[in-house]
Amino acid sequence: MKSFALFRKDWESELRTRYAINALAMFVLVTISVIMFSVGDEKISEYLTGGLLWVVIFFSAMSGLSRAFVSEEERGTTLTLQLIASPTTIFSGKLLFNLILVFLMNIAITVLFSMLFESFLIKNVSLFLIAFFLGNIGIAISSTMIAAIISKASSKGTLYPVLSFPILLPLILTLLELTKFSMDGNSISGSTIEIAVLFSYDVIMGTASYLLFDFIWKD
Amino acid sequence: MTSYSVELNDLVKYFGRRLIFDGINYSFESGHVYGISGPNGSGKSTLVKIIACLISPTKGKVKHTFAGKVVEEEALHNYLGFVSPYLFLYDEFTAEENLAHVSKVRGIKFNKERSDFLLSEFNLYERRNDLLRGFSSGMKQRLKFAFALLHEPQLLILDEPTSNLDSSGKEKVYEFIQSEGKTKVVLVASNEETDLALCEKIVELRDFKNQASRK
Repeated sequence: MKSFALFRKDWESELRTRYAINALAMFVLVTISVIMFSVGDEKISEYLTGGLLWVVIFFSAMSGLSRAFVSEEERGTTLTLQLIASPTTIFSGKLLFNLILVFLMNIAITVLFSMLFESFLIKNVSLFLIAFFLGNIGIAISSTMIAAIISKASSKGTLYPVLSFPILLPLILTLLELTKFSMDGNSISGSTIEIAVLFSYDVIMGTASYLLFDFIWKD
Repeated sequence: MTSYSVELNDLVKYFGRRLIFDGINYSFESGHVYGISGPNGSGKSTLVKIIACLISPTKGKVKHTFAGKVVEEEALHNYLGFVSPYLFLYDEFTAEENLAHVSKVRGIKFNKERSDFLLSEFNLYERRNDLLRGFSSGMKQRLKFAFALLHEPQLLILDEPTSNLDSSGKEKVYEFIQSEGKTKVVLVASNEETDLALCEKIVELRDFKNQASRK
């Protein structure tokens, strides 16, 4: 309940300040527009659109998800949070906020992709949805943790993608593979190893984040 | 027995290679107002942050006890009220929204009656529905007291409590320090003589710079 209260506080604050939503919306629109201008009338392959989808998602996450902690640090309200909640509550609340943001952002990106790119055709929708669901959870957990780390640093803008790349790379590679499988129409039972990798990634990152957050949060 | 106590055992703090203080042994008990004084840079704010478990000491320990039981660091925020110039509330919320959010995140039901009482006491009731971004620094300082006192904490840490306040604001703060100090632990970190005049005991940080220690 405390985490949910923190999420509500962040959500109401976001609706008033538009710290993350504006950054994300602009980034998504600009990136997709650039891709469309670059492609022009050329017909691009299915696999390439699948790859581009995750590239856009990865960089959109870079531009918006760090706000969860960076905005607190910039406004000087980190101390206020430390005084009203335990580290576990803070991490859970921020994670919930980023989860909602990631799902909203990625649903919008995927819908835009399916409307704008003819070759973005998913033959096994269930497999894609499983990958999408587990992938979003992984992106939200990793981004929340990295945001907490970089919020204490002076060069936040550059540090976020640098730290995110090695942490998110195994996740993005697995997601690319599963997107390719879902475009080929592979069955879920034929993709269990990749799904297990995604699931394990989420569990490992989730556990590590909860264990390590206390150390990151306190000076 | 619902007394609160804070024990500082051999506290040492370095920032890099610079010694801030060394060998602080002290104990704070309910029903007293304590002062922490020292020149600029002597570590007053650092000490109160260590007491509030916001930063760690280089060596030594801080032990919080309530009603004979040790208060775990994870739960300390429920017992602690903190006011300082480097504490900021949310500018995009109104005064009342700030207090309501803070209560809910703490896991306690928002007590509107208590909130109204504190806002009236600190002369903010009429402005309770205004966004904080329109508040002056003195009004924000007054609101910090409502924030610190809302959940009726057992330990009240006031770092430079009267900064930005006008004379009526200072009077109100002194009134609260005296009334809260009757039953709770109140720590006032300040250089202002008028602030320290309210304190029964004063920890002088100058004395803890060179391996000195005292009880």
